[in-house]
Amino acid sequence: MKKSVILAAALSTILSTSAFAASRDAINIVGSSTVYPFTTVVAEQFGKTSKFKTPKIESTGTGGGMKLFCAGVGVEHPDMTGASRRIKKSEFDQCQANGVKDVIEVKVGYDGIAIANSKKAAPFALSLKEVFLALAKEVPDPSSEAFKLIENPYKMWNEINPALPASKIEVLGPPPTSGTRDAFVELAMEGGCDKIDAIKAEKKTNEKNHKRICHSIREDGVYIEAGENDNLIVQKLDANPNALGIFGFSFLDQNSDKVQGSTIDGVLVNFDAIADGSYPVSRPLFMYVKKAHIGTIPGIEEFLAEYTSEKAWGDEGYLADKGLIPMPTEERKKFADDAKNLTPLSM
Amino acid sequence: MNETTKKNTMDIVKAKLAKRYAREQRFRAYGIVAISLGMLFLVMLFVSIISQGYGAFFQTYVKLDVEFSAEKIDPQGKRDPEALSSGDYGNLVKESVRQAFPEVTGRTEKIQLYKLVSSGATYELRNRVMANPELIGTTQSVWVPADDDVDMLVKGHIDRNLPESERRMNNQQIGWVEKLENAGRIEKRFNLVFFTGGDSREPELAGIWGAAVGSFYTLLVTLALSFPIGVATAVYLEEFAPRNKWTDIIEVNINNLAAVPSIVFGLLGLAVFINLFGLPRSAPLVGGLVLTLMTLPTIIIAGRAALKSVPPSIREAALGVGASKMQTITHHVLPLAMPGMLTGTIIGMAQALGETAPLLMIGMVAFIVDIPGSAFDPATVLPVQIYLWADSPERAFVEKTSAAIMVLLGFLIAMNAIAVILRKRFERRW
Repeated sequence: MKKSVILAAALSTILSTSAFAASRDAINIVGSSTVYPFTTVVAEQFGKTSKFKTPKIESTGTGGGMKLFCAGVGVEHPDMTGASRRIKKSEFDQCQANGVKDVIEVKVGYDGIAIANSKKAAPFALSLKEVFLALAKEVPDPSSEAFKLIENPYKMWNEINPALPASKIEVLGPPPTSGTRDAFVELAMEGGCDKIDAIKAEKKTNEKNHKRICHSIREDGVYIEAGENDNLIVQKLDANPNALGIFGFSFLDQNSDKVQGSTIDGVLVNFDAIADGSYPVSRPLFMYVKKAHIGTIPGIEEFLAEYTSEKAWGDEGYLADKGLIPMPTEERKKFADDAKNLTPLSM
Repeated sequence: MNETTKKNTMDIVKAKLAKRYAREQRFRAYGIVAISLGMLFLVMLFVSIISQGYGAFFQTYVKLDVEFSAEKIDPQGKRDPEALSSGDYGNLVKESVRQAFPEVTGRTEKIQLYKLVSSGATYELRNRVMANPELIGTTQSVWVPADDDVDMLVKGHIDRNLPESERRMNNQQIGWVEKLENAGRIEKRFNLVFFTGGDSREPELAGIWGAAVGSFYTLLVTLALSFPIGVATAVYLEEFAPRNKWTDIIEVNINNLAAVPSIVFGLLGLAVFINLFGLPRSAPLVGGLVLTLMTLPTIIIAGRAALKSVPPSIREAALGVGASKMQTITHHVLPLAMPGMLTGTIIGMAQALGETAPLLMIGMVAFIVDIPGSAFDPATVLPVQIYLWADSPERAFVEKTSAAIMVLLGFLIAMNAIAVILRKRFERRW
């Protein structure tokens, strides 16, 4: 008897689902794990102060988010995606091909990538070139006059530059699936790599090879992939004062009693240096919005208004509290207007 | 002759006796070492989790004297719920904080000052007014949650002796907190929000209840599907099915399924339930379906073992007095096998409760604030909540993470204890 009741319940559960998928009343957001901490704060604020439901946010990574976002129009597809880099042409074309015609681009602010070590050790002062030489898979042979690439021979920092400490090179950083890694490779590694003229020259003649040289991180155990969890990297740095770690600025900001940022090309990583663009390893963060869903899913416009309001992303806004680096006033105004007028992106 | 051989045997035995005893002692010692190692790890786990997590059960509150001014809450004076809910409660909070520190005047100083109180204070005041509009126009002492940084300071996780640049709070803020402490306006209270609230990005407002409800719906779907299907499969395979090639293949496959990594079921769930059937992403329903696939083999295998352990004499006796095959099974075999089946089911459920990998693929690893109202609402589950908090930058989430682990462990221990009690109470030895 009891069992038949359970069975009936289970059956009716399954049957009633077919009618369900037709509508949705909460915004769905996917995308970058770097944008996630900021979008969630806005979503929570939005859910508590408006009459709409709190948006649901999944942290899928930038690439994974784009894939879901561009899969099509309809309630089963997400309404927005966060990205820690600009949408790629290929992704935009994918969107178009699947009927996602109008996409609104909103830049929400900046994020810096910190290279940090434990407070128990002396702070590092690095240049991008040194970062590249320490972490690249192949570097120019230091012993030969002619330009020749060899497997990275450096084991100690002072082998790269005598001014650096005589300690083992040991860097904890994100794995290749992470957006932080993408940005680090693009900004720091490539930036440092182009300081070497012979490699820079390669860019014009053989772009693929240039990319391979600049974007390959060594795999001989010097660079340790520490997982997506930036908190873990902070803890490991605390336990191992000789190691350096690579992670988002907000984690440095929250753990300033345990770890310290290094200066890169003479600029110390901090709020102001990222905001004015003088810190070289910083990147913009974006939100992409599906215009076709406005009107179908309630609250998208209002959510955008909350995100782009001064009390959220302004200099004194609550996102700055969470570690987002605000854009300059002019830029904020431009993107707030874009969001308000729902100006679609064209590529 | 005979005498000497006998003696010799005894001698041989005696000579080896000490060695044999020693070997036995060593063998026992290995066992004890193994058990104590296990216990040691268990104790280390519990000590580290509890010592980190117990703090999260308490939360720092600040007492503010709030003037519920009518013009800020309800300028029209109609006491219309809609107008009341959109009142400027943030301003009330700021006003009362300013009142507590009249000497603070500079703009940047004020901003620093407002940071002492959680953004949850605004919602707290709104809820109070919504529940009791009589408050408007009066001045009340209200305990509101303090900011997570203040909480960390009061709990001693921020070292007041560190240089100013190295901590999250500056000297001025610490001075204010100390002033509040001396005035008795700061208090650590039992953190009810942790047990009743949904997720939040503010550690002081984050709760485990949303995830617990999500886990409940997910397990409900899993139980409703996997138990009847599992029992029916076990009964058919054990009691009715002929022994042939086909049943062998089925058996091998079931045993294989039990060993398939759970992420594979997640991918299957994404492809079939979401993409093909169009079920909603992130819903406990889909999570339950995926976990059903995962727990079915466990239940079937346990169910078959339980059926096997019912002695054939029971069946023969029932058949002997004229019961049909179905009566034999439903009246005699199944009731006797039920404790074993339930034990298997509960252990399967406990496994499902701790699972995250398959849920990643179907969108249940998400930030969800609202507490799910049904198996169709977006939801997350306890282990996912632990993962999300462990990944958050705010320091205060460290203790929340450990506290959430304690809650999850509590559920797991309770479920396993039920399994043990069921076995002890209803198990029959033949």
